[in-house]
Amino acid sequence: MIEAKNISKWFDGQRVLYDISATFETGKTNLIIGQSGSGKTVFMKCLIGLLSPEEGTILYDGRKFRSMNEQQKRALRTEIGMLFQGSALFDNETVFGNVLFPLKMFSPLSHDEQVERAHFCIKRVGLNNADDKYPSEISGGMQKRVAIARAIALNPKYLFCDEPNSGLDPRTSIMIDELLSDITHEYGITTIINTHDMNSVLGIGENIVFINKGHCDWKGNDHNIFRSTNEDLNNFVFASKLFKEVKTFLEREYEAEEDV
Amino acid sequence: MASYPGLPVFSLFNRDKTMIVSSIASFGRYCMFLTQVFRLPDKGKVFFNRLIFEINKLGVDSIPLVIIISLFIGAVITIQMTINIVSPLIPSYSTGLATREILLLEFSSTMMSLILAGKVGSNIASEIGTMRVTEQIDALDIMGINSANFVVLPKIIGFVFFVPVLCILSMFMGLVGGWFIAQFTSMLSLEDYVFGIQSFFNEWYVWYGIIKTVVFAFIITTIAAYYGYYVKGGALEVGQASTKAVVSSSIIILLADVILTKLLLQ
Repeated sequence: MIEAKNISKWFDGQRVLYDISATFETGKTNLIIGQSGSGKTVFMKCLIGLLSPEEGTILYDGRKFRSMNEQQKRALRTEIGMLFQGSALFDNETVFGNVLFPLKMFSPLSHDEQVERAHFCIKRVGLNNADDKYPSEISGGMQKRVAIARAIALNPKYLFCDEPNSGLDPRTSIMIDELLSDITHEYGITTIINTHDMNSVLGIGENIVFINKGHCDWKGNDHNIFRSTNEDLNNFVFASKLFKEVKTFLEREYEAEEDV
Repeated sequence: MASYPGLPVFSLFNRDKTMIVSSIASFGRYCMFLTQVFRLPDKGKVFFNRLIFEINKLGVDSIPLVIIISLFIGAVITIQMTINIVSPLIPSYSTGLATREILLLEFSSTMMSLILAGKVGSNIASEIGTMRVTEQIDALDIMGINSANFVVLPKIIGFVFFVPVLCILSMFMGLVGGWFIAQFTSMLSLEDYVFGIQSFFNEWYVWYGIIKTVVFAFIITTIAAYYGYYVKGGALEVGQASTKAVVSSSIIILLADVILTKLLLQ
């Protein structure tokens, strides 16, 4: 479990995060949602330590992240997997080399066991016959899968995903969402996904935090998001005509259920 | 304050106090960057593999460029010396002697380093800059790897280790270029040229050239890596970082050349 308490962040005197508190539960897909520029990526970077918040506490299963020294932070980071928006695969390594990389750096396994583990992770994300290809030779969806395979190679306790669906077609997006959800439940990982994809919100949002203009405006899940009275949240989630119709339909369903 | 990392050399031509303060801050940042780079590698075997890779990419791949440029410049220096040294008071072997001294003292160290700053410096800055903007550096940091050490140290050690080979190769090929002129033209006799390049030989000049080249290699790699590592933005900024790395390292090489010449030859 990861807990963030009263996180505040300034850039050049301008405040971008206002006392954000949130709890991200183990074994669940935790979503941070919000409009572009709302501060969700900054918040996630604060959680991982790529940015240092001016105020607040971050707890990784009770361990205070901000109080750790550099060595302790590096040790904790071996428990973290990260899926970047642009995949961030190493250009000069093959698919197999990318997945093997964290194992080579940190795993106590023998070389043969590392190779076996890398093959397992590549198969787990559904990639076949791509081991010897370079990132530039595979599609965006495949790159995301490789990045997921690399992120889970060391059996992380915590998995961070920054907009995993960006630039992907709807079908591939859903496949990536399902894969992240399956991995989270299978290995009991605390997964935090930063997204503004409504399919993800409604499909895998077991725990949702809505960030609006640097404030944490709403917390809930994919069921009670339909009943929210938060105007900003509704304007954001149900912005498209399709989702408006879905909301209207579901509201009628709920009313009918309540009448019964 | 300038938002882009710049070394003090830029502010020499700029009287703006803010720029000077910014440049001093950048120099401090450069020093702190080097303290991150010069640490014990996380995994010796991985570091060694990367070192071999970088020696090959930055050093061995530069050999054709060094051969071609040294050969032609050696030939041109010989022609220039032959044309300009026409006095009957100056012995005929002076052409070879002057060619050798120019190659050993300045060309194969300073001029060659300026050329390599263009090739190697832009390569390093653009590669690391691209890694930064595509979040590969962040990915290393998230894994708990010292990214500055992992990415930059093999480049510095690899190039600094290999650059004496390039320097000696450049000296040799420059002399071969002059030999071609003596052999295949009637401008000077081959005997005079060969006697000239052997006359009054001071071994220290070779060491002087090598020492300078090693220092210049350090300047090229660290400055280029610094500019690449702190890139913010996208492709445009990576290109700008690459250009600034080459300009900045070239100027600092010239400055270091003056200091080293004063220190080593006096």
